[in-house]
Amino acid sequence: MIRLENVSKLFAGIARAAVDSLDLSVPEGRTCVLIGPSGCGKTTTMRMVNRLIEPSSGRIIVEGEDVTQADPVLLRRRIGYVIQQVGLFPHMTIAENVATVPKLLGWPAEKIRSRSEEMLALVGLEPAQFLSRYPRHLSGGQRQRVGVARALAADPPVMLMDEPFGAVDPVVRGRLQEEFVAILRRLKKTVIFVTHDIDEAIRMGDVVAIMKDGRLVQYDTPDRLLAAPADAFVADFVGADAALRRLSLVSAADAVEEGAPESSDLRLPASANLRNVLSALLTEGRDGATIVDDESRPLGRITLAAIRARSAGRPAEP
Amino acid sequence: MLDWISANPRIFWTAVENHLWLSGVALLAVMLIALPLGLALTRHRSLANSAIAIVNILRTVPSLALLVIMLPVLGTGFLPSVVALTLYGLPALLLNTYTGLTEVDRDIVEAARGQGLSDVQVMTRIEIPLALPVIFAGIRTAAVQVVSAATLAAFIGGGGLGELITAGMANFNFPQLIAGAVAVALLALLVEIGFASVERVMTRSARMGA
Repeated sequence: MIRLENVSKLFAGIARAAVDSLDLSVPEGRTCVLIGPSGCGKTTTMRMVNRLIEPSSGRIIVEGEDVTQADPVLLRRRIGYVIQQVGLFPHMTIAENVATVPKLLGWPAEKIRSRSEEMLALVGLEPAQFLSRYPRHLSGGQRQRVGVARALAADPPVMLMDEPFGAVDPVVRGRLQEEFVAILRRLKKTVIFVTHDIDEAIRMGDVVAIMKDGRLVQYDTPDRLLAAPADAFVADFVGADAALRRLSLVSAADAVEEGAPESSDLRLPASANLRNVLSALLTEGRDGATIVDDESRPLGRITLAAIRARSAGRPAEP
Repeated sequence: MLDWISANPRIFWTAVENHLWLSGVALLAVMLIALPLGLALTRHRSLANSAIAIVNILRTVPSLALLVIMLPVLGTGFLPSVVALTLYGLPALLLNTYTGLTEVDRDIVEAARGQGLSDVQVMTRIEIPLALPVIFAGIRTAAVQVVSAATLAAFIGGGGLGELITAGMANFNFPQLIAGAVAVALLALLVEIGFASVERVMTRSARMGA
């Protein structure tokens, strides 16, 4: 778990605090997305956790230890770190890149090799094919996968990710988001994830922290953020599409209601989300859809009326 | 010219030897000063700008002037010549060392620090290897400059192939003059070609597997 207590950062020569008395707590195994307009202090906040930026005041607790007292170099070896530009070392092979932290920690060579192979497989890259290549031979998406593999190599309990998918095209980004959400949840990593993209925030985050002028404006689950923005700034930030975005958080499988398929129904897969379902219904001019599982067996129905009722519903309390 | 060399082998080869000593010692001094200084400047960016301004002024001073300025300060002979040649070769390597290191992608350095490399490790494992091609190009430029400029050491009694030229001029001994001039030109060319091929091998191995 990561906890920031009354943390502030003042940069020399700038009167306004970049981060102003921030309190923030990320529960064990959860992903917290920091989001806000540029200059809101989100990246500064994240970089204080691994002391790439020294906080001016306050305490930062990582896994029970006050990191403001720790040796920053040793601290960083215990925290996975991924940045937008990836920053793979161009003069080292993929194997050497992934092995960076294990090597710093003095792991035996055999363990490093098997771990590197395991990590590449985890992020969806065939080890035999990639280990001996150099970063310049990889596509942007592949490099970002290696960046994540490198950050995960020493199995740090905590990960910091700074717009890790910002530099890849939208199609690849969507796929990486989906895969990495699953990986981070499965490995039970505690993650701070910085982005300026609200769709990415609600897709990646268990909790979302919206920041403005170095302060926390709202800290909530994606659903509550979209349904009940704390103020006009948040409402504006989550955008006019908030209702649709909220629907995209709910899978069709979770929203089906009892009901026999009707002849006029669309047939849609359970993997769709409610936003997809709504869009399909509007496109086809239907009132309801039969949701089917992988083997085309009907699971139940979703109607326009049900979507509307859900959209009007209050978000679940966290 | 060849007749003159075969008639005066001792004089010729001593001059070549002196020339190589002058250039070699000066180049070594250049490296011993410029490499750590360039590295230090990247850690103290505030000093870097003024240091580079000074070095650029140094660069505009003609090599002969530099040698003559050494005369009243250090007198004549081998050592003053080496000092002057060192000053002459210094800018090229210092600038390349500094530029090579500062041009290493900041994102790569940031990633390295974020993974938990110490400052020294970032320097030795990331910054220096990535800056090496630029640094080596600086060594090559400095070497060629020093070998060429060492010809002028003859004016302050530093010896070398320049002596054949000055003596040849004074005595209207054209074969001797030509022998000195051609030898210097060949030497500079050899140094250039030699360093260039080492550089090519290095870049190939550092070309990251392409």
